Amino acid sequence: MKDISSWALNVAAQLGASYADARIADDRSRALSTKNGKVGGASDSESSGLGIRVIADGAWGFASSDDLSQAAVEATAARAVDIGKASARVKKRDIELASEKPATAEWTTPFQVDPFTTSVEQNIDLLLKIDSELRSVAGVTLAETNMNFRREEQWFVSSEGANIHQTKYTTGVGYAAYAFAGSEIQKRSYPNSYGGQWQNKGYELIGQLKLLENARRVGEEAVALLKAEQCPEGAFDVILDGSQLGLQIHESVGHPIELDRVLGMEANFAGTSFLTLDKLRTLRYGSDLVNVVADARQEHGPGLGTFGFDEEGVPAQCTPIITNGLFTGYLSSRETAHTIGMNRSGGTLRAECWNRLPIIRMTNISILPGEKPLTREQLIADTINGVYMETNKSWSIDDKRYNFQFSCELGWEIKNGKRTRMLKNPSYSGITTEFWNSMDAICSRDEWIVWGTPHCGKGQPQQVMGTGHGAAPARFRNIKVGSAYKGT
Amino acid sequence: MLTRDKAADIFERIKKHSTADQVEVLFSGGKSALTRFANNIIHQNVAEQNYVVSVRTVFGGRTARSATNKLDDESLKRVVQSSERLAKVQHPDSDLLPVPDACGAGARTREMLPTRHFTETAAATPQQRAETVKKIVSIADRHKLTTAGIVSTSESVEAIFNSRGLTDWLTQTSSEISITMLAPDSSGWQKANSPDVANLDSVALAETAARKAFESANPREIPAGKYTVILEPAAVLDIVGFMFFDFGGLSILDQRSFLNNRVGIKLFGDNINIWDDVAHPLQSGVPFDGEGVCRHKVQLVKRGVVERLVYARATAEKMKRSEHKDKVGPIEPTGHGFPLPNEIGEAPMNIVFGASPEPTSVDQMIASTERGVLVTRLWYIREVDPYEKILTGMTRDGTFYVENGKIRHGVRNFRFNQSLIQMLSNVEAMGTPVRASGEESFDMVVPAMKVRDFNFTEVTKF
Repeated sequence: MKDISSWALNVAAQLGASYADARIADDRSRALSTKNGKVGGASDSESSGLGIRVIADGAWGFASSDDLSQAAVEATAARAVDIGKASARVKKRDIELASEKPATAEWTTPFQVDPFTTSVEQNIDLLLKIDSELRSVAGVTLAETNMNFRREEQWFVSSEGANIHQTKYTTGVGYAAYAFAGSEIQKRSYPNSYGGQWQNKGYELIGQLKLLENARRVGEEAVALLKAEQCPEGAFDVILDGSQLGLQIHESVGHPIELDRVLGMEANFAGTSFLTLDKLRTLRYGSDLVNVVADARQEHGPGLGTFGFDEEGVPAQCTPIITNGLFTGYLSSRETAHTIGMNRSGGTLRAECWNRLPIIRMTNISILPGEKPLTREQLIADTINGVYMETNKSWSIDDKRYNFQFSCELGWEIKNGKRTRMLKNPSYSGITTEFWNSMDAICSRDEWIVWGTPHCGKGQPQQVMGTGHGAAPARFRNIKVGSAYKGT
Repeated sequence: MLTRDKAADIFERIKKHSTADQVEVLFSGGKSALTRFANNIIHQNVAEQNYVVSVRTVFGGRTARSATNKLDDESLKRVVQSSERLAKVQHPDSDLLPVPDACGAGARTREMLPTRHFTETAAATPQQRAETVKKIVSIADRHKLTTAGIVSTSESVEAIFNSRGLTDWLTQTSSEISITMLAPDSSGWQKANSPDVANLDSVALAETAARKAFESANPREIPAGKYTVILEPAAVLDIVGFMFFDFGGLSILDQRSFLNNRVGIKLFGDNINIWDDVAHPLQSGVPFDGEGVCRHKVQLVKRGVVERLVYARATAEKMKRSEHKDKVGPIEPTGHGFPLPNEIGEAPMNIVFGASPEPTSVDQMIASTERGVLVTRLWYIREVDPYEKILTGMTRDGTFYVENGKIRHGVRNFRFNQSLIQMLSNVEAMGTPVRASGEESFDMVVPAMKVRDFNFTEVTKF
């Protein structure tokens, strides 16, 4: 790797780059799935290559190649410089980077069992057992399961002297039961929808989730939803489970705090943000109970946004985003930190793989749990007229991140502190800051889980990234419920 | 570029490493470049080269896939062994078919395929892309607007080889321009793509986006409710794209399709006719599927009736044995399968809407509208109800109030919750189908549509 990085950095410097960094990566992934009692998919993939980012004539250039021969690496570096010089034809000022002490470091995701050493046969057997348990429930018409592993090894070097070797492990697992009858399709998922739970862990995650133990209940709930009452339309107190609150954070806090969106860099695709720079330390984002951090450090937990260093060599950090309801921080990079008066990046520049330019991404954007002991059941017992919603079914938010609408798989009507009847097709909608200001309770640490969002899309060409969201069940007062079906 | 001869050589090396009954290799990749601009400067500018070899091995009803982008002999041997290990531990699946041996009835489609490789597009330089951006920025500057977007070009290859002698190969180029123009409280957007970069008119796109931005300035809030809407082609494609995965036979067998119990029934208006046609002159993409079966031209919807589904080989066999076999129209492999193994089977991805006998321009649609909303683009569309096909999403980058035949002013963006079935039953007028490109669905050939009773449920803050 030393040779490859030297070839890249030397050529970039010789051709006039004022800054260069190179990422050499080796990715490996495995995907197993079943459907209705059969293996649906079994695949391995590996990908390796080099991405070179340069500043030439004061502008950015990036080139990548799967060919790691000396000739190809040098040609790729030359291409990056040529592209940087082309970028300089349409610039206003030279790129400047916030200073960062070059690091020399090794970092690996802490794990107990390397998932790639586990038996494929046993893993498929586990998925088929879950599948069988789901389909043992009369009325389940489709059962799907999945198990996914990824190992990302990366060497980062820069013309400033950084030399960082990182290896990240990701494990994901989940399943879903569908029930179709008449003119309706209902679905229940576990531990979460759209692929289940994903964390930066080894195979030990699989054993921690009580997968088989929950399968029958999940199948029964899918079928029961067919006969459940439609969620009513109106204003209710809403209690969200932790996984749904995690996605709420992702969409209505995580994306609007990305400084590249705020500065207009994503205006053509992902959109901009209502969090214009004047709102920093002035906007009441939420109620006093709302405390959100962007924390990529290992001590925050095994979120998909946990790492040692970001993709420009900045160490993992914790940035307070919302402090007792006040908006206090953005996600930043070395290029953008100065726009919010910071002399150092917040360390959030990330790339999907070696062939993508790192851009500002969420790390682990988490709401901190309540300080007073409070369980989900106690929160329900404390609610007079509400709807409890669990597991995301659909999500949508405007391109400045004001207006959102979420649907969940399962709802429960709450009357005088008790769950009274199951509700199907529950949905809620609102305006971001109004919603977060209506939060009046959040459960405590025992209910707090770091949920994984493995497929967050952003950038052109689009990049998919994993993000983490620590969350506990929370209550929101007087929320608009049921408008997803209004007028349809 | 990876050549056909080199790919054939790699395939021979893979076959030598394999102990499987059958082996299939997919090649994909190429060279691509994308110049991205925002705040009237180029802020990101990238180029990539990557080729992936994906190996599927088959042992008597068991199959698995393994992929690598390393083409040395050691890596090829490793990827074959990996695929074989994954396959061997499975239980045999009686539905799995042997790999096919030749291109079937769809071969004619292959012969009719127009050229989709253009030398000028493949050879485009970063300097040429920068000059295009410079033109777009100069238009933004002239209108005192801020612009953001992309200019991209690529050259790619997709190929398949299998151990029963099937081979197919396609190289193509692609180019794309997407432009957003931003004013203080409004925006406009345009996007186009083509295999031939010479077909893209950056100036016209930029001027249209700019006009939308300044004409929608000072947007007013009008109440949510049911409106007649005029959806420009990009808005149509982004919303209708959410239904086509339900046109795969396997989605019926899995009972996850909104077409379950609805094939052969009139579902949409008489004016809705939809084909899947990879050889259409405005379409792009490869003329064979994930197993190498040639794509057929399939009429999916005829005068509002869903007439046909598309099938991978195994799905067609399964459907013929199923309780649905007499209710789903003709059943045959149509060349729309995804690479095996997979859970979703197949889908039509080269959608072409039929032209109206009396096409109506967007201007004519506006002129004939007493009270309605003109929509440039939709955003963040997600499914609310899978069987009634209710979708939610937002309008974006140019939404206008129309009254008494004229655009009156820009409006704050709406959230919609709209059944696609109802929407395609309420189409009052259609334009000439064009190649359109959005962000929520794959590219299609679709017309602008005037739709009554489109269901806006909320209004946002801008």
